Amino acid sequence: MLAKRIIPCLDVRDGRVVKGKKFADISDVDDPAALAEKYSDGGADELVFYDITASYEKRTLFTDILKSVASKVFIPLTVGGGINTLDDFDRVLKCGADKVSVNSGAIANRKLIAQAAKVYGDQCVVLSMDVKRADGRFTVFAQGGRVNTGIDALEWAKRAEGSGAGEIVVNSIDTDGVKKGFDIEMLTAVTQTVKIPVVASGGAGSKDDFVTLFKSVNVDAGLGASVFHFDEFTIRDLKNQLKNNGIEVRL
Amino acid sequence: MTGIIDYGCGNLFSLISSLEKIGERAEVISDKSLQSGCDRVILPGVGAFGNAVQKLKNSGMEEVVKTLAADGMPLLGICLGMQLLFEKSYEYGEHNGLSLLQGQVKPLYEDIPQLKIPHMGWNSLHFTRQSKLFKYVEEGEYVYFVHSFHAKQCADILATSVYGKEICAAVGRQNVYGVQFHPEKSGDTGLRILKGFVEL
Repeated sequence: MLAKRIIPCLDVRDGRVVKGKKFADISDVDDPAALAEKYSDGGADELVFYDITASYEKRTLFTDILKSVASKVFIPLTVGGGINTLDDFDRVLKCGADKVSVNSGAIANRKLIAQAAKVYGDQCVVLSMDVKRADGRFTVFAQGGRVNTGIDALEWAKRAEGSGAGEIVVNSIDTDGVKKGFDIEMLTAVTQTVKIPVVASGGAGSKDDFVTLFKSVNVDAGLGASVFHFDEFTIRDLKNQLKNNGIEVRL
Repeated sequence: MTGIIDYGCGNLFSLISSLEKIGERAEVISDKSLQSGCDRVILPGVGAFGNAVQKLKNSGMEEVVKTLAADGMPLLGICLGMQLLFEKSYEYGEHNGLSLLQGQVKPLYEDIPQLKIPHMGWNSLHFTRQSKLFKYVEEGEYVYFVHSFHAKQCADILATSVYGKEICAAVGRQNVYGVQFHPEKSGDTGLRILKGFVEL
């Protein structure tokens, strides 16, 4: 049986893992390579790295970190942040990434997903979308959640699937950092729209939130950041609780 | 030493790192003359079958793989690398494979239209036969899969996983082995499978 995946997410800025609430209030937390190893040893099924470095010059710092993680951690690595061109795909794939997630880059260049899927395969291309309730519907936001694109999130998901995206990460801006549970309503809408795997992001505050997530929606994975970074519970504890609730996990 | 066939399809970084992790030297083979000194070879692969077969031919590596396999050298195909070992694939058209193993590669959606494609994530292994490849792995251990096509009518299945139905996870016949999953991405379990391979 296919197991539900638990994925710690590491936002990396200038070489450090950071975590904020509602895309703001960023505070320094840890060394990325050390955290990656800790999570992998602790039972993480995959790791996501978002490069939130603002300056172009510091991008090499990120790829150096990625290389060092990929040489020690043997689970799938997804990389996002600053992916705008096929050259960006190439840059992170060469450093050991398995999947590349596009967000604002796919909005700026509507052909990016199709182009990347053709060269690197569907399995490599992940659409990450930041979604918020606006104008009475689920709307895609860009630039780290600051800009309302006016794009309907469900249409966007469908279109990405048609272009060759192999997976979709749904970040609910409405629940992100609030730690009161995942956005079940939004995730249900997305999973009913596409047939590719969906990863839930935004709102994880407790182990029960993950149980509720997997019991309520047919998502494939749950993403968490601060709950893991601040040791509120371990991945092992979480997986034991999921298993006790009849949810298939890799222990 | 393990030779890794490089024909421009796929990312070798993690495979090289994982072999190093188990204490095995790895050498990338992209030229016919470079294969001396290898005790075994791995055929990796990511992407579409037709494109991969073409690249394998154009790079001269098809010949190399066939010769080494015929000479009895242990060979492990990973993911698309495994699919290439079969007779035929029906991924976007119809393509001939290396025919080192009996079987055909077909789209998953034909068999499991109700499930999500790609089959992506960790699934458990169930052994159908004993094999030295899995001598360090227990029944039910999880490995990482990412694929939209799968091998059917295989004569030499070693392990299966269940995704809607039983699908081929590993094959082996004499010195030729293939795994649909990614051992280099399957954590500690994957490293133990690679260890089994280098000890064949």
